[in-house]
Amino acid sequence: MSLLEIENLSLSIGAVPVLSDVDLSVEQGEIVALVGESGSGKSMTALTVMQLLPHAARTSGRVLLDGANLLEASEEHMCTLRGDDIGMVFQEPMTALNPLKTIGEQVAEGIRWHARASRAEAEERTRRILDRVGLPEAKFPLSRYPHELSGGQRQRVVIAIACALKPRLLIADEPTTALDVVLQAQVLDLLRDLVAENRMGLLLISHDLAVVADMADRITILRNGQVMEDGEAAQVLSVRTHPYTRQLAQASTHVPEIRAAAAHNTLDSPQAPLLVVQNLTRDYPGRRLSLLRRGAPTRAVDDVSFSIAPGRSVALVGRSGCGKSTLARMVLALDRPTAGEIRFRGETLTGRSEVELKPARRDMQVVFQDPYGSFDPRQKVVKLVTEPLHLLEKSPSRAERRDMAAAALAEVGLGPDALDRYPHEFSGGQRQRISIARAIITRPRLVVADEPVSALDVSIRAQILDLFADLNARLGIAYLFITHDLTVARAITDEVMVMEEGRVVERGLTHAVLDNPQSGAAQELVSAAPDLKRALERRLREQG
Amino acid sequence: MTAYLAKRLAIAAITLALASVVVFAVLEIVPGDPARVMLGMNASEAQVEQLRQQMGLDGGPVQRYLHWAGNLLSLDFGRSYTYSVPVIDLVTERLAVSLPLALIALALSTAIAIPVGLYAASRRGKTGDVISMGAAQLGVAVPNFWFALLLVYLFAVWLRWLPAGGFPGWGAGIWPALKALMLPALALALPQAAILARVTRSALVDVLSEDYIRTARAKGMPWRRVLWGHALRNALIPVVTIMGLQFAFLLAGTIIIENVFYLPGLGRLIFQAITQRDLIVVESVVMLLVATVIAVNLIVDLSYALVDPRLRHRT
Repeated sequence: MSLLEIENLSLSIGAVPVLSDVDLSVEQGEIVALVGESGSGKSMTALTVMQLLPHAARTSGRVLLDGANLLEASEEHMCTLRGDDIGMVFQEPMTALNPLKTIGEQVAEGIRWHARASRAEAEERTRRILDRVGLPEAKFPLSRYPHELSGGQRQRVVIAIACALKPRLLIADEPTTALDVVLQAQVLDLLRDLVAENRMGLLLISHDLAVVADMADRITILRNGQVMEDGEAAQVLSVRTHPYTRQLAQASTHVPEIRAAAAHNTLDSPQAPLLVVQNLTRDYPGRRLSLLRRGAPTRAVDDVSFSIAPGRSVALVGRSGCGKSTLARMVLALDRPTAGEIRFRGETLTGRSEVELKPARRDMQVVFQDPYGSFDPRQKVVKLVTEPLHLLEKSPSRAERRDMAAAALAEVGLGPDALDRYPHEFSGGQRQRISIARAIITRPRLVVADEPVSALDVSIRAQILDLFADLNARLGIAYLFITHDLTVARAITDEVMVMEEGRVVERGLTHAVLDNPQSGAAQELVSAAPDLKRALERRLREQG
Repeated sequence: MTAYLAKRLAIAAITLALASVVVFAVLEIVPGDPARVMLGMNASEAQVEQLRQQMGLDGGPVQRYLHWAGNLLSLDFGRSYTYSVPVIDLVTERLAVSLPLALIALALSTAIAIPVGLYAASRRGKTGDVISMGAAQLGVAVPNFWFALLLVYLFAVWLRWLPAGGFPGWGAGIWPALKALMLPALALALPQAAILARVTRSALVDVLSEDYIRTARAKGMPWRRVLWGHALRNALIPVVTIMGLQFAFLLAGTIIIENVFYLPGLGRLIFQAITQRDLIVVESVVMLLVATVIAVNLIVDLSYALVDPRLRHRT
């Protein structure tokens, strides 16, 4: 008998069908991956097992834990199972912990409740599990609050809560999606070890095939609530029998064709540089210790110099908190450097007034990570896309604005019918196209893109990368691509800069740096980055 | 934490100083001579001149303001013109009624609002939620003096449990005095409770959709413990904010309610002082009410730091 056996599970929320006839099983000590794009029903499957579905949910089929059907279990019975027999780790570590309770209280709560342990005993066990997940008491006392910890440390606390009572089944819903690659590798290692130590079954929910290829014994691929393919993980992902599996696998290693043909092979450029950054430094004032005293300032960007030639695509990679975004904000003249100089098209940007910056802003636009948060939901697309036009010398007429917006939308592959619609009518991928249209409407020469594809599903990500490559080839737009995803850097950039603690520690042609990293930071990033091809080769080799 | 405390205290002090300028200026702006306004049209020049001196009305406005503010700081509020006693004595006597009244009303409104808000939020969209929020809507809409009349009719006229008005004084014993304050406090509390219940419900509904609530449930905590242990404390932050803001309205409400119930409190004092044009008393009582509201909001600000560990580290 399997530890978890899901049979013919169907789920609808209100009138909307979410899952239909899903079958899935997890054995003791086994890692099973549930893979699919957003909206495929992965998280809902997990919440069904936990019986934490929204009120309007209706289920049919069977979800057996050790042969007992959870769909028929009472709420009281589920309370004894949750946290004790089934643990769960969530995607977003920044919000998964109660901000008003210490980490010790939050871990101990479940132990006291389930094991009826005394306060002292629960604290002792809390200490042990926090130590096990890599938060030793000497550095992370139980009295710490969540806001005093980083994202990776908080995710360790969530894992400690889930694993404190050595559950037999652990469900991890995108446990590393919000973390940078190095933290991702550490957290995945931790999960793998905990599974092995306690012979837990792990249901790992992910959209990342490379992670899954590395971790999972078996895989189930879900699309629109239906199982497309399931089987032994390395086998399924390398043979790719099902067309959807093939599509996912290709999309996740996608390299735009135009780029493959026209990649630049030298760092030198015959043209004068478009952007020159010299000895740039940014300090943030330290935390106020008392009324008159402040702590030492934090140096977010430390003496950075580089240049970007016209039409070049440059990746800025590094771990979270390394200063990438601060650097980008200064390049965009949204933040003032403490020291150093930025020259764009030969003109100095630093210390200029907003009026003086107008021509520079016209030639330099930005695309943000979140296609949902970067639009005013109450404005029509035509208004959103034409927003940067106030930067033009002479303000265009209403009709001209509409034409320019239509042209920009056409560049990104959207029809003129999009003009009079609102952002919520578009999918995530379409919205990212709209934000790219907004960025190119002034015909800029440099676009700064801050993680522009990391919120998108793999197939849509591939399309957006194609779009970036196409605009670069046709319009000669240079890019500064901020990303922690080396696959993206490899797919779309000529050069890469690796940042660590505010400094650029390595710079070179993208393939050269990523294939043969020299600095410690670059080596760390490269070895931690999940890579589908490498992972599959390793797995198949191990299996002979 | 000390920086946070110091900053809040400084803000409170500045607000109080600005408020005193406004209160003083209003008195200055009153058309004509304040002394003549107080004495009425039939007073003789000599009487007016005497009062002018008594009120310190000779001298420039800045000098007079500094003199007045200095006196306030040393708790010298001057003498009431109509009662011919020091204002401080009047105020302390009346505070013995108004302060317990406001505190009982505040306690009652909290005691009603939080359970109702909890109940409505945990039965969101169901009949219980609709009924209790409908009642709260009614409570917000109906003015407190109307409640007062209904309560008098029900408890004093019909059931004869409680007195319809008046105050026996604390000298008559705790119980009779408390009994006299019961209906006015309830009349004051009901509209406040209605507002707070709605705020509590919406704050809880927001908190209940947070990720950490799901984490707590995934730990196996029963719904009730999640509600009380995790959700309520987080939801209290906005509730306490509104409570602080509403406190000013509660004080304003005492002016009406004390008149409806014939209670010798501050509200009645200020009402009488206005009708009798006793500007010294008006000025002092208004300043006292302003100071109370500022103090309550200071307490609210400090209580954030107690509830929320993230604030203890900020400036």
